[in-house]
Parts: sequence; C-alpha cells; structure tokens
Amino acid sequence: MKDTIAAISTALGVGAISIIRVSGNDAIKIANSITKRKILETVDSHTITYDHIMEDDKVIDEVLISVMKAPRTFTCEDVVEINAHGGITTTNRILKVLLKNGCRLAEPGEFTKRAFLNGRIDLTQAEGIMDLINSKTEKARNLAINQLDGKVSNLIKDLRNDIIQILANIEVNIDYPEYEDIEELTNEKVKPMLNDLEKKMKKILNESENGKLVREGIKTSIIGKPNVGKSSLLNRLLNEEKAIVTDIEGTTRDIVEGTISIDGILLNMIDTAGIRETNDLVESIGVKKSMELIDKSDLVLYVLNNNDVITENEKEILEKLKNKNYIVVVNKCDLESNLVLPEDIVNIVKISALEDKGIDDLKDKIKEIYNLENIETEDLTYLTNARSISLLEKAYDCLKEINNGLELNMPIDMVEIDIKEMWSILGEIIGETYQDELIDQLFSQFCLGK
Amino acid sequence: MKYEIIVVGGGHAGCEACLASARKGHKTLLITGNIKNIADMPCNPSIGGSAKGIVVREIDALGGEMGRNADKSLIQIKMLNSAKGPAVQALRAQADKVVYPQEMLKTLEKQENLTILEAMVEDLIVEDKKVKGVILENGTTIESEIVILTTGTYLKADIMVGDSRRREGPHGEKPSNHLSDKLKEYGFDIIRLKTGTPQRIDKNTIDFSKTKEEYGDNVVRNFSFDNEIYYDVDKQISCHLIYTTEETHKIINENLNKSSMYGGLDDVTGVGPRYCPSIEDKVVRFSDKERHQLFLEPESIYYDDIYVQGFSTSMPYDVQEKMVHSLPGLENAKILKYAYAIEYDALFPTQLKQSLETKILENLFTAGQINGTSGYEEAACQGLIAGINAGLKIEGKEPLILKRNEAYIGVLIDDLITKGVRDPYRLLTSRAEYRLLLRHDNADIRLREKGYEVGLINEEQFNKFQEKLENIEKLTNILKEKRVTPKKEVNDYLLSINSTILKDGISLYNLLKRPEVTMEHIEHFIDIPFDEDIKEQVYINIKYEGYIVKANREALKMLDLDNKMIPKDIDYDKIKNLASEARQKLKEVEPTSIGQALRISGVNPADISLLMIYLKKEYHYDRK
Repeated sequence: MKDTIAAISTALGVGAISIIRVSGNDAIKIANSITKRKILETVDSHTITYDHIMEDDKVIDEVLISVMKAPRTFTCEDVVEINAHGGITTTNRILKVLLKNGCRLAEPGEFTKRAFLNGRIDLTQAEGIMDLINSKTEKARNLAINQLDGKVSNLIKDLRNDIIQILANIEVNIDYPEYEDIEELTNEKVKPMLNDLEKKMKKILNESENGKLVREGIKTSIIGKPNVGKSSLLNRLLNEEKAIVTDIEGTTRDIVEGTISIDGILLNMIDTAGIRETNDLVESIGVKKSMELIDKSDLVLYVLNNNDVITENEKEILEKLKNKNYIVVVNKCDLESNLVLPEDIVNIVKISALEDKGIDDLKDKIKEIYNLENIETEDLTYLTNARSISLLEKAYDCLKEINNGLELNMPIDMVEIDIKEMWSILGEIIGETYQDELIDQLFSQFCLGK
Repeated sequence: MKYEIIVVGGGHAGCEACLASARKGHKTLLITGNIKNIADMPCNPSIGGSAKGIVVREIDALGGEMGRNADKSLIQIKMLNSAKGPAVQALRAQADKVVYPQEMLKTLEKQENLTILEAMVEDLIVEDKKVKGVILENGTTIESEIVILTTGTYLKADIMVGDSRRREGPHGEKPSNHLSDKLKEYGFDIIRLKTGTPQRIDKNTIDFSKTKEEYGDNVVRNFSFDNEIYYDVDKQISCHLIYTTEETHKIINENLNKSSMYGGLDDVTGVGPRYCPSIEDKVVRFSDKERHQLFLEPESIYYDDIYVQGFSTSMPYDVQEKMVHSLPGLENAKILKYAYAIEYDALFPTQLKQSLETKILENLFTAGQINGTSGYEEAACQGLIAGINAGLKIEGKEPLILKRNEAYIGVLIDDLITKGVRDPYRLLTSRAEYRLLLRHDNADIRLREKGYEVGLINEEQFNKFQEKLENIEKLTNILKEKRVTPKKEVNDYLLSINSTILKDGISLYNLLKRPEVTMEHIEHFIDIPFDEDIKEQVYINIKYEGYIVKANREALKMLDLDNKMIPKDIDYDKIKNLASEARQKLKEVEPTSIGQALRISGVNPADISLLMIYLKKEYHYDRK
C-alpha cells in the first residue's frame, strides 16, 4: 500500500474546474515536483497553495493545490488535490505528468478502499460514499449523507442488539440449566420477540425499497397505441422540467434513455425510442410489446384516448396493469369523451398534452403513488445500497427458517442456529462478520478516482 | 536416570498427560508434591456439566482416562438439558472424592512405562532455549526429552480468608515458590489468577427436611464409550437444593469490607472467574435478586462433608459461620472446612502453540490451570493433548490438533492460544460455533479414529467402534429402503399417534422426519434389531438433517480460512497501515492461519484484508 495513487476525481466533461487527487506516502513530493514554485513540501497541512503545473518547463495550467497531511485526510494518507481548470485535455495532461513522475493510476474505488483499510470509514460508510457520488437528485444525496453518518450502522446495530439478547438468554439456559432464576426462553416465549424483529426488519425493508427508488430512480414506461399522444406526453414532461440529465447506460439489463426529475423523484424513462417512433405496426405486435414493457417497468403510464372507445386489447392491458404501479393517462380531454374505463381501475389522470393541461396532476399522482410527499429527507435512515438491502432481505428470510423450526417444535437450541445466522448476516451489512470476498467485491463496484 | 517425558503435577491434567505418554510407549516420570493428592478434587465433587460433560466424552473417545474413572467413582449421574436438543445435552456426575483419586492412582500404578516420584520441582534444565529436564528442590537433576508442566494452582499459591493470606496450596499443601520466577526469567509472561471454593458442612448437622431433594436420572448412564457399568441406579445419592435468605444477604452486605476480595486484603490482584462468582459478588452485582440457589452436594460416601455449591467466599471465619447459619436447614450446621479464595500464577496462554508446546522453550509443554483454565475437565483434556503431542514429537510425527468443528477440546485450545485469558477460562457451549456437530452422543464418531491413530485406542475398542459405524449405515439404509403405503392400517396408526395420513407411499426415513414421529413409532412398522446408541445416532441424523447440513456448511467456510496458512517467517512490521493494536496482537499470537488471525480480538476485518494483500504481494499467496 506504500505506492502513491492519482486519479481525476471530478466527472470528465466540460466544467469550470476539475480536481485531480493524489494519495500516498509520496503524494506531496510528487505533486511538488511538477509545480513551478516547488514549495508544497514546506507549506502547512490543510492549506491551499496557488501555483502552476509544469511539464518540461512549459506551464500546463494555473492551479490551486490543497495539501493535507496524514492522518487527518480522507485516506488517512498524505493527500494532495489539484484544482485545475476544467477541460478534458488539460486535466488529462496534469494526470499524465503525475503518472510520469511516480504516481500510479488509481484503481476503481481505490481512494475509498484505502480510507476503509486505514480505518477511516466503516463498510456502510464506504458504500454511502459511492451512493453520494452517484446521487443525481437532492433527496438521493441526503440519503447518501445519512448513510455516511453511521445512522444505518446504528439501525443494524439496534437489530443485532435485539437478537443478541435473545441469543444470550438461550445460551445461558443451556450453560446453566439448573439455574431457576434465569427465565427459561422457550419456543413460545421467543415467538413474540421474533415477531417484533420481523416488524422492525419489514419496516426497514419497505422504507429501503422507497429509498432505492429515490436513489436509483423509477423505471418508467409510457405505453399506448400509436398516435394516442405518448410522444407529446413525453415531450411535455421533458419540456416542463427541461431536465433530461443525461443519456446514461443503466446498470441493469435495461437501457435507460432519459432521466426526468420531478420534485426530487427520479423517473428513468425506458424505451423512449419506441415512444418517438411514428410506427404503424400491426396492433397485435403493439400489445405484445406493451406487455413486455409492463414487465420491465416500476411504473407504467398508460395513455388512452378520451375520444376513443376502449378495445379488447386495451382491456387486456388494463388487467395486467392491476399488479403494477400504473397511471392511466387519459389524453385528449379537450375532445369529446367516449372512453368508459372498468370500475376497478384507479389512478386515472386526465390531461391534454396538446393544451398542456393536467401535467401537474400527473406529477402529483406519481408522488402520491410512491408516498414520497411524506418522506423527510433528513430522516432517511434506511438502507440505500443494493448489497445492504439484499443482505437485510437474506436476514429477513432467516425468519422463515426460524418460524419453520418453531412450527415443527424443534428444540430452541436448533432454532437458535438460524437466529445466529440472522445475526451474523446483519453483521455483514456493517462489516462485522469477516467474509473473504466481501471487500474485493465491494470495492470493485467503485468508480475510478472517487 | 533419564526419562523421555517428565510430567510435573499429579492433578487431572498431569494424570492424563502421563498416562497418554506412557500408553504411547514412552518412558514417563510423574513428579507430584504429594502422592495422596493425585487426581484430587479440591473443589466441587462433580465431573461433567454443560459442555464439560461433552469434553469428558471426547477425552474418553481419544483414549483418555477421565470418563472411565468418573464412571468408576460416580454416586449420582444425570443428563443435563434433556428437554432440549441433542446438541446441548451433557452428562454430569457426582463423583466420590475418595474413590475418584483412589481409582486413578490404581490406574497410574498399574501403568507400564510410568514411574511416580514425590518431590517438588524448582527449576528446569534449559540449554539453548530447549528444555532438557527438571531440577528438584534438593538440587537433584532429572533429564528428559520433554517436560510437561501441569502444576495447577500451585505456582506461588496464596490461600486467602478474610484479611489473612498464607502461602500454601489447597489442603495446606506446600506451593511451588520458585518455578514461576524461573519461568519469568526464561521470558514467559506470567499472570495472576484467582479462584475460590465454598464451605464443607457436616451432613449430620443439616436438617434436610427444609431442602428440596435432587435425584439422579433413573436410567443407567455413563461417560465411557466402553460401557462398563460400575454403579447401581437405585442407590444413587441425592443432592439438595436450598436458597440464600434475606438474612444471608444482610450479613454479607454488612461484612463486605472483611472479604479478601472486597477490601479485606488490599493486594489482591488475581482475576476471579466470571462464570463462577463468589457469593459476595453475586449479592453485590445482582442486588435486585432476593435469593440465590445453592446446591448441597455430597462429597463422598466415606465421609460426612457436604459441599455448598454456589456459596464460595473469602469472608473471615466468624462471618462464614453467620452466613452458613442463615441458610434454611443449616441453622445448626457444623462447618468442617471454611471457604477460601486462592490466588496463583499462570502463563499467559498465547505463548503456546496449538500442540500446547510453549513458543519460548522447545520441548516444554503446559496443560491445565497453569494455562489459565478452570475446571477438572478443561485441565484433563489439555493434559491428554499435551501427553499425546509430547509423545508424537518424540516419535517425529505431526501434533494432534483438533479443529473447532471437531471437538470442544479444539475450541478450548484455539481460544486459549488465540485470545488469551483475563479470568480463569471455563468451557461453555456458547464458545462453540458448531455445537450441533460437537455433540455428547457422537464424540466417538468424531474422535475415536484419531485416538486409534495416536495409539491410545486399542484394536478391540476400534473394531467395536467400526462395527458401530457399520450398524449406523445399515440402519440408515434400511429406513431409506423400507416404505409404507397409504393402507388403512398404516393411516389408522398414524392418526393414533397424532400424525397425518399418507396419500402416497413414503420411506420410513422420510416418515421419521415428521416432527411427531419417533423411532418407537417406526418400530411399529419394522423390527429394528440394533442397540440404542445406533438408533439414537440414526434418529438424530435424520431428525435434524437440515440443521446438521447447515452447520457443516458453516464449518466448511471456517475451515477454508483455517487452511489459508500464514508463513512462519512473516514480519508484521512490514505490513504498512496495520492498526497498531492488531499488529501487536498478531506478533504476540503468531497465528498459523488466516482463520485463526481473524479470531484474535482486536484484529478486525480491515487488518485481515491488509494481511491478505501483503501475503499476496510478498508470498505470491493464492487465496483459493
């Protein structure tokens, strides 16, 4: 770990400034060697120095350099941050000069990995940082910050604490079988305790699900037959917000083509190409494709024409939607209403994309469905990271095994095996159970230089 | 006179060590301060208990003596936790304090290759960091290839009662005053520990009508797998249960400052066992408890002493009188021996290798209380392992190292050498991660073959064991092959035992998986001409299969880490960024594997990652 690493820490692109971060034993020495004034080794820690970056006697850029000496730094090593003028070319050149002078290009997530390995942050915090870096909306950012505070750790620690009480009681009954003054924890007595745990875990999981949506965005599709107004609706949403953040590749199997932020809720639009297609495909192919999209989406905006009479195909789609988060968007409300929807269809919003009516109602409906109105962002203590959530789910699943054992009237010390497992899985979330591959896997997810 | 192995101390560790060594064919000398005190039980009159009872079975499976000797001397025996699962059941016997040492001495005296010498050892012969024998108090030297120290509480022992402190061992025996100083000179880190023992009361002065009688089990039980029965189930001696009173607590609170541990002596540094607190500890720490349980346990059928389990104290004699007389049924009791606390020197056990050889002096092994443990069973199992490994070393063979998923003995030794001790170490079932695998009933299946390999289990015993394994397999196969079909008489029977009817045919194996179905129920369908222990094994394997599979899976994960060896020449100072506590602990413990390193308290996963990265880089260490 003694080598010194460097990487560009800001997003590559055209921005006002960019930061190149250097960390390691020789961070200050190497950075100093590429400056004009060469005074970095003499300045106080945690100060900013104005200087120029040089390459073979030529000035590359005029920069501000932060010098932070170990251990009070992000990585607990000597850290230098070069604030350069933005622009891919200049930034890359500075990085290249650093590499030429003895730095090694940082691996993905390596700064955070060092921070973790040097004891600066715990596992959940490491994950929180990754989320913070990737957060696209203010709400997501707050979530990530909460995770950094160790609030998540506390939540898990509380659960573990509850469990360890149960475990301790069972253990003491086993090791001191003849002590009457310690209450014998029987299957009957352990059940309500486990029910309590189940509720707590379920609550965290539910909230995490919302948290995940806040962070990752809601996979949203707009479906409907040709010329029903899908494209106009999309444009309305886009124009309203002027908020397509970027065309990014989704992390899952789906391609996310556009991102719309509605008051902090992120909609990841899928199959926008399909919406824009002025297709005259055969209706049956359209239905099949709609069905596929419904499966892929978290939220479906189903656009119907107010002026039309409902068809059998549309009824079929409506039936499928019932198991999903959906909004039936009745477009062309400026026209005569011929549309009669089945009675059990809720979440109906009437709009006129043409006249720009009802778009706010639609947005309110989305917020209502995800119940995000009420989430206090400062208080989002639930888990936001996919690994954490899946571990919590795994721990939650242990309850099934536990209850199964209780049902079969297994001796409490057998049931305890699963309770212990639940405890140890929860420990994994906060890094208290050692798992061989855990750390490697975790850090390989990190993006470069953050 | 030269011996191959010298064992110093004739307690439970020493007896097992010298027997193992002599039985393996090595010329062995046992040196003890007093032959009368060989295999003495200076504290409670019982062998076994939760976890400890399983250790006794393990000792027996490996070819040690404790189980058989306990069987010969028991006056009461019961299965603890019999209402719980098979993983936590354990035997506890009341052993006759006269018979137990007598029987053990007989065994020692009959043992070939074994000589017993009454003497005090004051120093070791050490050359070039190698032990070459012992030096007695009178200056005599006796050479040997290996020395095993099993000195118990006798190193600089102080008996404390109230404000008095006397340098002596249990029974007023002479302690060893110089050996621990010498060990310190050789570089050992010495710690001071404390333990205590309660009063002995004259049985004829107790009014037992005010107590609750506690019986032994009314079925025949025994520790040894060799199944020789030495006692009459109907003639077991009972224990009796009483409770402390308000008056008792008042007396204790009023006299706290007179207890050695609470101010009577201001120089008490020894740390007492957390798992066996003195009565003043209990009263102070659990002041909300109105009463505490005490068990009156008979020590022997040959004398009248009753041991008051749970009442150990270091109060002065006059306070002890008052305390005892405040107990129901003991109002007029005569105290035969007062309670006392004893403080003694021990070696910090991280200075040991897994074989129980010390890291500092080659050919020196230690076992028992000198390693910081408490309890006869804990001592005996270490003595056995030290004896076996001393023998194996002379034979030029690899030591016997039991893993945490193989035996409680493995858990105990790994804990000692990895974590060290702060107070006397007692085995608990909760110390074992895989206790479903470490059962009372399968100790022979886990260990008998190892006992055979090291030469402590003879052909006859081993053949019997092989036969048992074969029978287990046979019965399992029978249950898998035999099927019952949903015939009326089958379903009628199932309904009669509160089970549910069959819709399809099912193997008896799967039928037995039903929670309400027992082996007796299965015997309704077929004859099972096998012994009870065979049926029990098969029953447990089938009934708890799911859990056993899970435990084995977890154990494999641990073994994977335990198989990642750390090179002996590793220099922890070269690993940058290790937390300083972790670095210090790793240097001290010198873990042999990543798994062991991970179990060191104070070494966290981040340190392990750094260690792994370092090993990968410096030793081209492959994780897989």
